[in-house]
Amino acid sequence: MTQLVLEQALNGLQFGLMLFLLAAGLTLVFGIMDCINLAHGSLYMVGAYFVAAAAQAADSFWLGLGVGVAGTAGLGLLLELTLFRQLYRRDHLSQVLATFALILIANEAVRLIWGPAPLMLNPPDALAGPVEIGGFFYPAYRLLIIGCGLAVAALLYLLVAKSRVGMWVRAGAANREITEALGINVRALFTAVFVFGAALCALAGGLLGPLLAVQVGMGESVLILAFVVIIIGGIGSIRGALVGALIVGAVDTLGRALLPTLLGAVLPADAASTLGPALASILIYLLMAGILFFRPQGLFPARA
Amino acid sequence: MAFYRPASWQKPFAAVTLLAALALPQCLEFIDQSYYLGLATRMLIFALAASSLNLVLGFGGMVSLGHAAFLGIGAYVAAICHQAGIQQGLLVLPLAMVVAGLFALLVGAISLRTRGVYFIMITLAFAQMVYYLFVSASAWGGDDGLPIYERLQLGSFSLVGDAALYYTALGALAFAMFLFGRLADARFGRTVQAIRENETRMEALGYPVFRYRLVCFALGGACAGLAGALLANQSGLASPSLLQWTQSGTLLVMVIIGGVGYLYGGVVGAIVLLGLEELLLSWFAHWHIVLGLLLLGIVLFAPKGVAALFGRSRD
Amino acid sequence: MTENLLEVAGLTRRFAAVEALKAVDFVVAAGEVHALIGPNGAGKTTFIHHLSGALLPDAGQIRFAGRDVTRLSMHERVRAGMARSYQITNVFLGLAALDNVALAVQGRPDAGSSFRFWRPVRREARLFDEAREFLAQVGLAAQAATLAGNLSHGEQRALELAMALATKPQLLLLDEPMAGTGPEESARMVELIEHLARHVTILLVEHDMDAVFRLADRISVLEGGELICTGTPDEVRNDAGVRRAYLGDHL
Repeated sequence: MTQLVLEQALNGLQFGLMLFLLAAGLTLVFGIMDCINLAHGSLYMVGAYFVAAAAQAADSFWLGLGVGVAGTAGLGLLLELTLFRQLYRRDHLSQVLATFALILIANEAVRLIWGPAPLMLNPPDALAGPVEIGGFFYPAYRLLIIGCGLAVAALLYLLVAKSRVGMWVRAGAANREITEALGINVRALFTAVFVFGAALCALAGGLLGPLLAVQVGMGESVLILAFVVIIIGGIGSIRGALVGALIVGAVDTLGRALLPTLLGAVLPADAASTLGPALASILIYLLMAGILFFRPQGLFPARA
Repeated sequence: MAFYRPASWQKPFAAVTLLAALALPQCLEFIDQSYYLGLATRMLIFALAASSLNLVLGFGGMVSLGHAAFLGIGAYVAAICHQAGIQQGLLVLPLAMVVAGLFALLVGAISLRTRGVYFIMITLAFAQMVYYLFVSASAWGGDDGLPIYERLQLGSFSLVGDAALYYTALGALAFAMFLFGRLADARFGRTVQAIRENETRMEALGYPVFRYRLVCFALGGACAGLAGALLANQSGLASPSLLQWTQSGTLLVMVIIGGVGYLYGGVVGAIVLLGLEELLLSWFAHWHIVLGLLLLGIVLFAPKGVAALFGRSRD
Repeated sequence: MTENLLEVAGLTRRFAAVEALKAVDFVVAAGEVHALIGPNGAGKTTFIHHLSGALLPDAGQIRFAGRDVTRLSMHERVRAGMARSYQITNVFLGLAALDNVALAVQGRPDAGSSFRFWRPVRREARLFDEAREFLAQVGLAAQAATLAGNLSHGEQRALELAMALATKPQLLLLDEPMAGTGPEESARMVELIEHLARHVTILLVEHDMDAVFRLADRISVLEGGELICTGTPDEVRNDAGVRRAYLGDHL
């Protein structure tokens, strides 16, 4: 039991950190530009496809990851310059519809190019096996993901908390007008944040590729989880995104693994086996509703 | 902004269209194309669903991205009633509306405390919650959905025939449009439209803004529930795919194509979108690319939609 | 001594490090025109926001007509009898002047519920008759059918007043009603407020000192979040503290 809990806790941490990579870029786009981007999940999907295709072509996971992340960043740049610049000034409804249109286009384009079957992405050979930690075996590749996630989280923290650009980003999330009044080149800042968010998407997509199938529609379910993370953490707050992502990752993973067993202890077996999975699958949404009820602005509201 | 006011020819036009719609089953039978009656019924049902969203979005100004949840709940209420052996539509259809409406009331009560981007994400998240709930509820068919083997009875009339279901859908839509048209002109409609334009000002005039928004939201949810129950009867299945968030997106697309805040925006949008799908899908399997580009074009260049030609809602 | 309509006690509000209101005690007597003045940044707007319910205080109490309204929401305060006009014109520009005021009449509790889904509003003659009276009171009877967006700035300010009046308030909070108006329009607005003051208690926040000293029965001065003086126009004019606060300004 302890081993199961430990393993699931690590899985939860790994899942949470990947959610953080997605939510970090998204929360900044929402917070600073006041722009809703449904196509963020598509960037994640396209990023995973880029990485998988490049890794297959180069026969190297690492090369594929690098090329895929760079390619997705380039795509993000293109999108920002051609479309999102226009959307920032539009109302939320237009943003929802335009980015929904992007999802439709992205899904069909991927299906056209790579076909309907999922793409295979193999982890680097050196990390294919399990390693022993504290008495049990855990896949080495998952540890790598945790390491990468922690490294990016630390990097983001330093960037946002310590650097000049980070100060602008924080100021922008708290109050856009002030940022503009300070004479900061808001346009360039927006572009940079958007491209950076796209790169993080591709990184998450590429890293998760070997664990999940790289397929059409993979972006949508994860997008909504990223939304839940942002709602819980508070729009525009990197710290909120990190805390929210870790909470969602842990609650979701542990809930799915343990809830049916735990319910079995208090309920009759057949009731527990029907109720358990259903309850586990909506646990994070109940959590979100609960947090919202008491803190409508999320745990760490960026805007006073 | 101004309050919604239909163009002078809208009423006669709607009446003529209604007459034509009444004659449609006979006409299709005459030219031996009864296959299209199913498509027409789907159009009517989606017109009702999109119009219910238009009430929330166009008149109430609430960008809800979770409307499919209410559609799906209506469908599941119908299927669960069928499972329990309840076939009386006069009971099932109102029940679908009540359950969907009550759930909308609950979702609205939490999400309407927030604004803007937050509201969009929260409605989306709640809809996703309902989706996962039904997908993992094995008693209700889980992934496969819950089938309906025999369509409802309406009083003593059976809806088994396609024409009977068509007329039921037409009746429901006509009633809803008549109701929405009255409502837009009545105190409630004026109140929510004014709140859409300037919430603070309405608050400062003594209006309990939250309550009006909530009722509008729940009313939209209830009508979507009715559409869902009809849809499940048509397709013979309450499927989790009805609850998918992309379905909410599709409803939004219908409203925007038709025209946000125009009484018939949802109707026009549903007919145009389903018609396009039928036309394009037959020669281009990847028609979503076309739809996506079309949608981008509408958002960027014609944000008022098609029904803007039918009346004016703002200056 | 007349009875107090509005009593504010120890109202305190902090924004991060800034103490915007420091334990303000403030009283408006029933029937008077009470002006609130102070240099820019003194906290006048913050104070008004607390009275109208747009902001909630950290500490202190607001009593209105003998009732504690400190925690009431904005619309509940309006229903209790406090109406406000806005510094920046805040009317429905796409609606006719008459529709604007009818909307205000419709929002009043005694006009009945707005949860009515059937009867067209345009057939509710009572709403519009009453709205016309309020328009006439502010001198806009002839512009009833004009879109608010096509009214002159001064007319829009008057419309704003008519909407506030239509809620039948006991207390009218006027937030800089002369803001942005020319001299002629200002003069008309002063006349209008003088006329209204016969029926309703008014709390006036205003920069135009000529208007303030002409209209006000009593004046309170806010400076740096503190209420430094309350008195008749003459007392305030001769108060040393006020003169210091307004150094360079002409009283």
